[in-house]
Amino acid sequence: MPTVSLQVNGKSVTREVEGRTLLVQLLREHLGLTGTHVGCDTSQCGACVVHVDGCSVKSCTMLAVQAEGTEVTTIEGLAAADGTLHPMQAAFREHHGLQCGYCTPGMVMSAVDLAQTHGHLDEKTVREGLEGNICRCTGYHNIVKAVLAGAEAMRAGVPKAAE
Amino acid sequence: MYAFEYHRPTTLAEAARLASGNEDAKILAGGQTLIPTLKQRLAQPSDVVDLGAVAELRGICEDGDTLVIGATTPHAEVAASAVVQRLIPALAKLAEGIGDAQVRNRGTLGGSICNNDPSADYPAALVVLGATVHTTTRKIAAEDFFTGMFETALEPDEIVTAVAFPKPGKAAYVKFPNPASRYATVGVFVAEVGGQVRVAVTGAAPSVYRWTEAEQALAGGLDPAALDGLTVDPDGLNADIHASGEYRASLVKVMAKRAVAACV
Repeated sequence: MPTVSLQVNGKSVTREVEGRTLLVQLLREHLGLTGTHVGCDTSQCGACVVHVDGCSVKSCTMLAVQAEGTEVTTIEGLAAADGTLHPMQAAFREHHGLQCGYCTPGMVMSAVDLAQTHGHLDEKTVREGLEGNICRCTGYHNIVKAVLAGAEAMRAGVPKAAE
Repeated sequence: MYAFEYHRPTTLAEAARLASGNEDAKILAGGQTLIPTLKQRLAQPSDVVDLGAVAELRGICEDGDTLVIGATTPHAEVAASAVVQRLIPALAKLAEGIGDAQVRNRGTLGGSICNNDPSADYPAALVVLGATVHTTTRKIAAEDFFTGMFETALEPDEIVTAVAFPKPGKAAYVKFPNPASRYATVGVFVAEVGGQVRVAVTGAAPSVYRWTEAEQALAGGLDPAALDGLTVDPDGLNADIHASGEYRASLVKVMAKRAVAACV
């Protein structure tokens, strides 16, 4: 079986996997990082979004072996070591950008990439940028508010309270 | 997904060697179509040759009046490239409209054209601009490359290495995206190439094609009204749960007029 070596949330990891093992399977089943969810399993819903070398990708549509030598960040890797939430996570909580929470890890990971790519965000950019993430509860309104606030907080370097 | 032997070559020569003489081998680029296909067990390759570690296949460069994009360059990189935005802004905009952000971070130019999905965006750009497909063994004119639905002129062991796009005059691509997948229900690319107006249509028919009647109608200038008198025959156009042939025929003309109007 092939071996894959990569960094996951800052830690070096080497595992034997099958060629057909998906990145999301490596994360959830081999490493126990179940914060990354599998929703549709057909690369549409975005519940499985993680960062590979800083870019958001759908981990259900990438082989684990394709991540060889990369740095992967999952939702578990966003908060600080002392448990302080990442500004985007804090904004989702403050603005109630979730209901059942199933899509939330993917939403947050996509939002962080979006904010890092664009810096300042406007509502149109957020709505277009979240095209690859589906939420079936909240109707997106609070999610968009949370992403706008989270992006501003990332720029300012501090969490921002809800309005 | 059925099991397969995974290969991760680091040079093009090694990748070509692994793919040659094995009809059951599949080339993997960004995997945004191949991996879902494998997950649905619609394909059962014995070997998968991943081009992800072949550095020479990725990148964008300017060669005189030609833009050369490496086969494994992701859509997001094409969309964000200052070189692409300067030389062929319509191509950068096309890349920005493919799928969603996560698909654009993984999906590649080479993967898209080798799959030749009838609704893919890139084939329209290659055909309208008169691009040249570079492979491990030869150079193929875009119009000879796309041969039919999900079919190309590629030999089984031939690997696309890059695409060379000549810089056009005014150009614009407009599509009616499927609201879920962002694939083109119909997409029309209009461009001035070598002093002539060319029109390529994707999404409507089994494979990309040039709409010659529209090209003749636009010979006098880029005026959307010049297309008013044309009709598109729905016979032979794609019909599926997303759109009937009649609807696609109507969209061809509407998208073409919008693309002409958007030409800058």
